[in-house]
Amino acid sequence: MKYWIAFWNILLKDMRTYYLKPPNISWGLIFPISWAGMFFIRSGSSLESVLSILPGVMAVSILFGTTSMLAVTVTFEKKNRSFDRLLLSPIPLWLLMLAKTSGAILFGILNAFVPVVMAAFLTDLSAVDWSLLVPTVILIALASTFLGLFIAVSVSEVFEAQTFSNFFRFPMIFLCGLFIPVASLPIYLQTLSYLLPLTYGVDLLHGAIRGANALAFPLSFGLISLFCTALFLVSLRNVYRRWIL
Amino acid sequence: MTGSNQPAIPFTPIILVEGLAKNYEQVTALAGISFDVRRGELFGFLGPNGAGKTTTINILTGLARADAGSIVIDSQDCTHHPKAAQHLIGIVPDESNLYPELTGFDNLCFCAALYGIKKEERTKRARELLDVFGLTEAAGRIFAGYSKGMKRKLTIAAGLIHKPSILFLDEPTTGVDVASARQIRQLIQDLHGNGTTIFLTTHYIEEAERLCDRIAFIVGGRIVLVDSVAHLLQPLKKQHGLLMTVPGSDQQLADQVAEVFPGLQVRMAGRDQLHLEAKSPIPLAPLVSFLAQRSREVLEARGLRPSLEDVFVRVTGLQTDMMKKEKEKSGGGGL
Repeated sequence: MKYWIAFWNILLKDMRTYYLKPPNISWGLIFPISWAGMFFIRSGSSLESVLSILPGVMAVSILFGTTSMLAVTVTFEKKNRSFDRLLLSPIPLWLLMLAKTSGAILFGILNAFVPVVMAAFLTDLSAVDWSLLVPTVILIALASTFLGLFIAVSVSEVFEAQTFSNFFRFPMIFLCGLFIPVASLPIYLQTLSYLLPLTYGVDLLHGAIRGANALAFPLSFGLISLFCTALFLVSLRNVYRRWIL
Repeated sequence: MTGSNQPAIPFTPIILVEGLAKNYEQVTALAGISFDVRRGELFGFLGPNGAGKTTTINILTGLARADAGSIVIDSQDCTHHPKAAQHLIGIVPDESNLYPELTGFDNLCFCAALYGIKKEERTKRARELLDVFGLTEAAGRIFAGYSKGMKRKLTIAAGLIHKPSILFLDEPTTGVDVASARQIRQLIQDLHGNGTTIFLTTHYIEEAERLCDRIAFIVGGRIVLVDSVAHLLQPLKKQHGLLMTVPGSDQQLADQVAEVFPGLQVRMAGRDQLHLEAKSPIPLAPLVSFLAQRSREVLEARGLRPSLEDVFVRVTGLQTDMMKKEKEKSGGGGL
């Protein structure tokens, strides 16, 4: 059994059917542009401040880009029963779910680099540590996608997935160090903040772009990887328990 | 000889099910059923809606988990490893699960890719199946725009794309027009003729009688009988049946006939219809005369051959009216 054929075709179908559709392309472009513009105007600072807002804009772009799509590619397909077609095929469940999430991961990575391209026209990016930035973006995309997957397989309806997503997304934006540094939050909110994968992703991005990370890189990489693994495994368990009745 | 005129099937089970049980909260969907399906056989799973047919298929194909029991498919233990035999089986669910936004051709190619079939081969296979199912002209149209019959045919084609040795067909003719239903039945017979093992669930008794080698009757999550169509009908061949159309007939008249003609079992078989059964040939003239004396005219009288419907009624205690209502409700598909 050539699993890679199945994997590639699931990814390809999702890209063609969902991600490369004009509304999603425009969402993928407009959303990061709007966030970047909004943050820039809000800061009221010079062009140099672009580097300080860039990590946040990248993280939010990935988070919204990935979590929104899983509600469609997974919850909607389950609702209209076409997901059963995948469950009936002789592909291991973990590989199937990885194939279903790969599109969102790629979409998230592309979303992250839209603000980077914009920033390249506004400021000097020569100090950016690309060897740190690229794996960080991939890890944030993985964590956000698997968070979206966790939500998508925990509900039955698309609107539930969207609502449930916001329950995670908005508190995460305020607590991950995007608006307010984590260190300046009250201690109980700091605790909550360190329970969120995006906190470590944003810190890594601050480190890669400005060298302003608060946590050691290996610790952040380790913890965000742990979040990815845990979210993926819990999602698999939920698929098995909720969908294979 | 079988319902589809196939040679005798060697007794080699390809599916072996023992004590399969499934409960959904307070409802018992399957109460420990056991049966086997032989290699190359067309096995019918017959019962009313809610009997447990789809639950059985879902468990056998890995879409649901059994609470108890064991499943062996082609010598592979699928009880705890449902994926073990998924490459061997094709599934045509009761409702289509293809992608509405993809074309017919793309749907088939995608389904083939799920089984690891290479591009060249899956393109060729998709074209072949579209041709077989008469869908070549509609190949480039999106699935959502297909008619019910076309959707059903493409769903069957998708189930066959990887040339499975076992095909699960869940109510394949339900809800499709008569012409499409006939075409689908012919395709099922052709597949059976080519040696594919077919597990067919249906609530169309005539369909099961015409197509299947062996039949299991399932009612309320329990299998009440499994046997070949020929064996099921054998006891009834000694019976003689007559269906008389007598306007204005009712249960009272049926009782009167039964009283006057001992040895005759008489019941109402529908509006203005009397169903008569006896262990010896039924003399027609005295009956017509008896009814004429009561000012009842016999419009029609025809002998009845034993049918699976009679077996179903005897075995399950259920009237086939329930099945007929389901058939009417689901529309089309009549023989």
